[in-house]
Order: sequence, then C-alpha cells, then structure tokens
Amino acid sequence: MTRKMTGAKMIVQALIDQGVDTIFGYPGGAVLPIYDEVFQQNSIKHVLVRHEQGAVHAAEGYARSTGKPGVVLVTSGPGATNAVTGLTDALMDSIPLVVLTGQVPTFMIGSDAFQEADTVGITRPCTKHNWLVKETDKLSGVLHEAFHVATSGRPGPVLIDIPKDVQFATGTYTPKKPSVSHYQPPVKGDMNAITELVEAIETAKRPVFYTGGGVINSGPAASQLLRELVEATGFPITSTLMGLGCYPASGDKWLGMLGMHGLYQANMAMHDCDLMINVGARFDDRITGVVDMFSPKSKKAHIDIDPSSINKIIRVDIPIIGDVGHVLEDLLKVWKSRGRKTNSEAMAKWWKKIDAWRSIDCLKFEQKGKIIKPQYALSRLEALTKKYDRYICTEVGQHQMWAAQYLDFEAPNRWMTSGGLGTMGYGFPASIGVQMAHPDALVINVAGEASWLMNMQEMGTAMQYGLPVKQFILNNERLGMVRQWQELLHGERYSQSWSESLPDFVKLAEAFGAKGILCSDPDDLDDAIMEMLTYDGPVIFDCLVEKHENCFPMIPSGKAHNDMMLAGVDTQGVIDAKGSVLV
Amino acid sequence: MSPLKIKKGSTSHSAYNLRPNFSDVIERHTLAVLVENEPGVLARVIGLFSGRGYNIDSLTVAEVDHTGHLSRITIVTSGTPQVIEQIKAQLGRIVPVHEVHDLTVEGPSVERELAMFKVTGTGDKRVEALRLADIFRANVVDSTLETFVFEITGAPDKIDAFAELMRPLGLTDVARTGVAALPRGN
Repeated sequence: MTRKMTGAKMIVQALIDQGVDTIFGYPGGAVLPIYDEVFQQNSIKHVLVRHEQGAVHAAEGYARSTGKPGVVLVTSGPGATNAVTGLTDALMDSIPLVVLTGQVPTFMIGSDAFQEADTVGITRPCTKHNWLVKETDKLSGVLHEAFHVATSGRPGPVLIDIPKDVQFATGTYTPKKPSVSHYQPPVKGDMNAITELVEAIETAKRPVFYTGGGVINSGPAASQLLRELVEATGFPITSTLMGLGCYPASGDKWLGMLGMHGLYQANMAMHDCDLMINVGARFDDRITGVVDMFSPKSKKAHIDIDPSSINKIIRVDIPIIGDVGHVLEDLLKVWKSRGRKTNSEAMAKWWKKIDAWRSIDCLKFEQKGKIIKPQYALSRLEALTKKYDRYICTEVGQHQMWAAQYLDFEAPNRWMTSGGLGTMGYGFPASIGVQMAHPDALVINVAGEASWLMNMQEMGTAMQYGLPVKQFILNNERLGMVRQWQELLHGERYSQSWSESLPDFVKLAEAFGAKGILCSDPDDLDDAIMEMLTYDGPVIFDCLVEKHENCFPMIPSGKAHNDMMLAGVDTQGVIDAKGSVLV
Repeated sequence: MSPLKIKKGSTSHSAYNLRPNFSDVIERHTLAVLVENEPGVLARVIGLFSGRGYNIDSLTVAEVDHTGHLSRITIVTSGTPQVIEQIKAQLGRIVPVHEVHDLTVEGPSVERELAMFKVTGTGDKRVEALRLADIFRANVVDSTLETFVFEITGAPDKIDAFAELMRPLGLTDVARTGVAALPRGN
C-alpha cells in the first residue's frame, strides 16, 4: 500500500514501520522539516542530547543493550562531522546504527553552502554503507534498506544523507516489505567445515573456546547455545572484552577475559592449547600480541560471519563463515549425533594445569592504608550490585580494564564499552542510551575522570529525561593508562598525563541538579556506594583512588602470552625497542 | 575451486577450501568486480585500497549492463597471497559489490589494454617509428608533419615493449586505459 507524503513524513513513517521507539538527536537548519514531523507524533521518543557525538554513543548504548539498531538524527555540516567518532566506534565494534543527517538542498550541493559538508564522502570509510538521497520517491526504499544493511551480516553503522528539499517535496511512500536487497550475507556455515571442527573437538587434548562480540551480536540464542556447548564438552572458555557476558562469569568453565590485560589463566590456556575455537572474535592485536608467538602449537578454528576476518591476522586451519548462532546449532547437532565424544582423560589433565594457573590469582591486591585502591573500589561495586540485573558502561583506560577484570557478567548485552576504537568519552552518553532502553534497570558508567570530562555536557540530557545513570568515577587525577605506558616505556617522564584544574565533581553534579558523592576513605566506600544506589536520580560518584596504580596483569608490547607481567613486578626495561613502537 | 570466490546471496560458498599459501612472494592478480552502478561506488573501491594500504597497478571501470545497472571494475593489484585474499574479502564486503572474481586463479583469461603514443620527430626516426608501429599492428590515428599518434591494443607486456621502442624515437606523450580482462571459454 503506497501513499503520497512529504520526505520528512516518510522518514518518521519509516522509523515507525521499522519498530523504532527512541531516537537520539540534535536539531539544526537542514533537518527542520524532519523535526517538525517528530513534533507532530507520539510513537517515537526523541532524546535531545547536548552534542552530536553524545547522540551516536547513546544510540550505541541503546543498540548494545537491546540488540536493536540505534537511530540518530542530526543536522548537516557540523552535526554530521560531530557524529564521525561515534560512527567509527560503531564500525569497529560492529554495532548496528542508522544515522540520518540533513544536507543542504540538492541545488546547493557543491557550492560551499552554509553548514554544507561532503557527509557521504567523509563518512564513507566509517560506515558500513551510506546513501545520499536526491529524490523523495527513493527515500522510503533507502530507509528500509538501511535498516536491513545495518542489521544483516556483520552489523554496523549506516548513514543516510537527506537534502532539505527532498524532505519538503512530496513523493510515494513504500511500506517495509521482505527485503529485495541483493545484500544477503549467508548465515549458515559449511557442513564439511563444521564436521571437521567436531572431529577436532572429539580428539582435542587441550582445547579452549575463545569467544567475542560476534556471540553477543548473534543474539541471546547464540549465548544459550554457547553455554550448552561449553557445559556439554567441559572445555574451558575465555572471552574478549567485547564478548563478556556471553558465558556467565560464575560458570566453572570460565577463565576470565584474555588479552593484553586479560587473566593469567586465560592467556596461558590460549598459548598452550592444542585446539583453539574462535567463536565470533577477530584476533585483534589486543588479543594476539605479537602474532609470530601467538598460540604456536594449536589447531585453530574460526567462526565468523565476515569472510574478511578469516586469515586477516592469524592463519586458521578450520574457517567457518556464518552466523555464530546458526553455526553453533549445527555444530551441537553434529557433535551429539556422533556420540558426544571428548577426550576426557586428557581433559582432566588440562584442567589440572589450568587450575594451577588459576591458583596464581593474578587479580589479587591488598587494600591497606587510607587510600582507596581502584581494584578495591570495583570489588566493592561488584559485591554491592551483584544482586541487580545491572548494565555497565565504561569509558576508556585503566578503569575500563579493571572493570572488565573485577566486575562479573552473567548475561549478554549488559556490558557496553568501546573496544576497537577505544573512544574516551563513550561511556557516559552510552549509559544514557542504555537507561532509555531499560528505564527501571541499574545503569552504571565506570569512568576515569579524564574520559568522563570529554562528554560531561550530557549531564543536561540525563537530568532532562530523569535518567538515574550512576557515574562511578575512579579519580586518580591522571590519564592513568597513558601514565602507565610512560612509566613502562618512557623513563617515567609523565608528559601531559595528569588532570589539572579538575572540577569539584560534587558541586558539578549539584550545578546540574544531580547528586554528587565524594569518597576518599576505604572505610566509607560501602556506605557511599549504597547511597549512590539508593538515590533516585543521576549521581556523580567521585571516588578518589591511588594515583599511581598500574593495571596488571599485562602482556607487555612485543611479548608472548606466556610472558605476562603480574602485579608487584619491576616496570623498568620490560619492553624492548621493538615492542615500544607498538601501541 | 578458487581460493575465495565470493558471490553475494549464495549460501553454498564455503571457506572450507580456503588454505592460502602464506608466502612472502609478491603476486600480481587481475580482479574483476561487478558493482551496482551507483554514485560513489568507485570511491568505495578506491578508498578501500588507499585506506588499507593495498596497491592498485591499474584500474578500469565502465557500465557494462545498462538495464541491470551494473558496472565492471577491472583492478590489477599486487601483494602477497594473504594480502590478495584480504583484498578480495574486503571487496566482497562492500554493499554494492555483487561479485568478485580473481581472473588470475580462476582459470585462463585474456587481458587487453589500449594505449595511445605521441611520437615527435623527423627523418629516419619518423620512418623507423612508422615501421615498428606496423610490426606491432599499431594504427596511426593522427598525423602532422612532425608527429604521429599511434593507437595500440594488446596485453600490457606488448604495450610496454612498444613504449620502450618508441622512447628513443621521440616519444612525448602516453595515454593508457589500464587492463580490461575476461575469462576464456565458458
């Protein structure tokens, strides 16, 4: 059933047809007709952010915590360029977003008009796909296609640039229909390859599951299948930063996160395994370290929906291209039909070895004296919020790694962090997006003071929409991770890595009408956290922590997985010249 | 089977036989990429090569199917086998890309390029240029008393060879189209 309507109305109609309930945006000259339509309807909530970067990160938080695409509406020129960091972030972490930008009218494109930018040109490398729509009749088709592309295959951000005259003009609206797009990435894995993996599982002596964000992106069913597979085989499982929650941290097969700041047992298991089953991860350099020394003795299987992930960094023996959920379903079926075999004798030995690594207890720390250790702060946060079905966001840096190490995740879609791009300023707006999607849930943003200041303007948004997001700031008055690397690599010359002229966070909270809590004494910490949890509204929690704490364990640049630095070691001269050029 | 022939919309393609040889030898491959003929599609392909640091030795593009709205991009690129596999997989990821074919590994193919050479000179050199052009089956498409413009079609090697011969004879300008290629037979 097609109907005539203006381009602006089509946009709102298409969003409604796609089941969108919330959009994040900021108005401007080139999107006024769309905002006029937003004003005249009640189906879609619009969240007015304070900066376009905040809109995109909020949409990312919404998308990650719901599995649905996040939607952003911003104006031309600066509105679009401010969205670029968020788009790149979403592309790196495979987050589905549909970003709508206004554009100057078609007859002015190319004339350096006011607030004109080559938005499709600028965003081509940081979107999965983008469109400039020059005819109103084509608008609805592109809108529906955009949702299809953003959510099919490996998800990612897409952008539609819509000139103002196209918004005003009247055209034919075509409703959503089964996709006619030629873009149909296959989801089923090759059965021969799956069978080959089953054979490897049956005989493996030292297997490990190495899981990632692909499991989360595949949906809750994929996490369920993964849990079934792990329990049935008894294989140990580790996960990347992106995949935390796909297997419960309370599960006894759980080794913890792997990688540069991963847990000792996880990295040792990866290094010594004879069968590595990569499920929806991409051999990122934070995981592999130096590729020549990465898990030298293992046969490697790789399940990924994106063919370009296969053999990009690490050569694998059993590549399986497909959606994690579909492949795991087939894998389980084949493995069961062949008699559910594993090498139980070898497995018992393997677990003994793993338990020895676990006994090192690489996350142990000692809270003594009157200064709060950041690890202690997060341990207490974990203990006091365990009973909630909580959502955790983070900024980027030491606090992010500590959060990944000391907080436990039992379910997927509860952990929102900027992994691939490492965007400082991500967490606060992301927490707003999460809280919009889950109004009654406990949403905490674990932050560092430097990251948090990067998008602190969003306090206004949190207040305006009454979003009780808890900003848990581990304040060490340092760019902690930069400082740590300067200690390790640059002779303890701390160039520009301290936070000078910090605001009084309590007063800052009060200036916005929110609650501020300052805590500097470990003895007061529990009460302060409880006060944060019980307050009905946004809270800025300024937790003053030890200023020179390093984040351990750590694989120093240029070293192998079995060459980790544990807490309490000498930090000087650990990284050689070859390692120091790596980031 | 080809190492990685990505055909969109097909569920039968498998990476099972994808066992590339991870050698460090630089190989030259000719890729044929069928794309949706829409604005910006060439920029997407070129941006992929520049953004990820791949080489383009030559590139040609033109619409080949007006009703089907398809263009064919022929790219000659070079890299290690691993890089070539990545290039193909990355091309396959671009949404308006329909098909990626590696003509170098998918069986025999023919490659042709058209070039124009302007040769300036008088006397013996001018006669020699004309004689060599005849041997290479190059056509004279423009002539003045002091210049010829030759048009030559052939495999890139042949055009390189012709260019080498023309250089001492007064070669002043060269225009080459880059390689167009098709698989042989069915």
